[in-house]
Amino acid sequence: MNVNVQFREEGDLLLGFIEGEIDTFTAPTLRDELNSICISEGLFIELDLLNVSFMDSTGLGVFVAFYKKVMRENANLKLVNLSGRLTRLFEITGLSELMDIETIKKGD
Amino acid sequence: MKAFDYIEIRIPSKPQYVSVIRLTISGIATRIGFSYDQIEDLKIAVSEAVTNVVQHAYSDNEEGEIVISSALYNHKIEIMVSDYGNSFTFEEIKSNIGPYREDENIALLREGGLGLYLMESLMDEVRVNNEGGVTVFMTKYVTREQVNENVERITT
Repeated sequence: MNVNVQFREEGDLLLGFIEGEIDTFTAPTLRDELNSICISEGLFIELDLLNVSFMDSTGLGVFVAFYKKVMRENANLKLVNLSGRLTRLFEITGLSELMDIETIKKGD
Repeated sequence: MKAFDYIEIRIPSKPQYVSVIRLTISGIATRIGFSYDQIEDLKIAVSEAVTNVVQHAYSDNEEGEIVISSALYNHKIEIMVSDYGNSFTFEEIKSNIGPYREDENIALLREGGLGLYLMESLMDEVRVNNEGGVTVFMTKYVTREQVNENVERITT
């Protein structure tokens, strides 16, 4: 079990595709991957969570930390393609009110 | 005959074994008849409890152990996660948990402390005992899907 991130740049948009399970074992890998992003002012970052099969509060913590970092640099962060399960996790914790998240569209 | 089946697992207090426990609990929960969503809830709750021990119970050079015991009933599961390391102060942790508020300052957002809150949200009952190590005791009941109750019984 592991977590894996692939990045792709499209103009001023940086796409990150996250795959795997995010827990206390894999969180350091994810944190390092996200911290490797060079955040410039105004940059748009989209993290695709379509292939994240499991996440607990350790994972939420990683995204909160990264979100804070992005905000400090006056850049933008959006989490996209969240499954119903992941959306629920963000809703229960109240994070969905603070962060920009988008649930997976049916029929995609 | 006993009212429940008992399963106990012991693992070293290391991050790489948290997923092993998740998979095991998922398998056990399937036996009892929990729904997909309930099993996912259980996986998160157990992950939180075990992670708590891995991160806080033992100091770095200590070879700690975590005991995960579960009692399987017809319509519920009881899971106990215990360690024999340093116990955390429940009240102290509890005062520092809970969902984020909409008006929270981004720069001051907490990056942890959601574990216990999630356990309480996802399980039907959570109790923490602090005497000589920590024991988290959680219960979840099988809720039958609404559709099942309305399905006409086929008699043969």
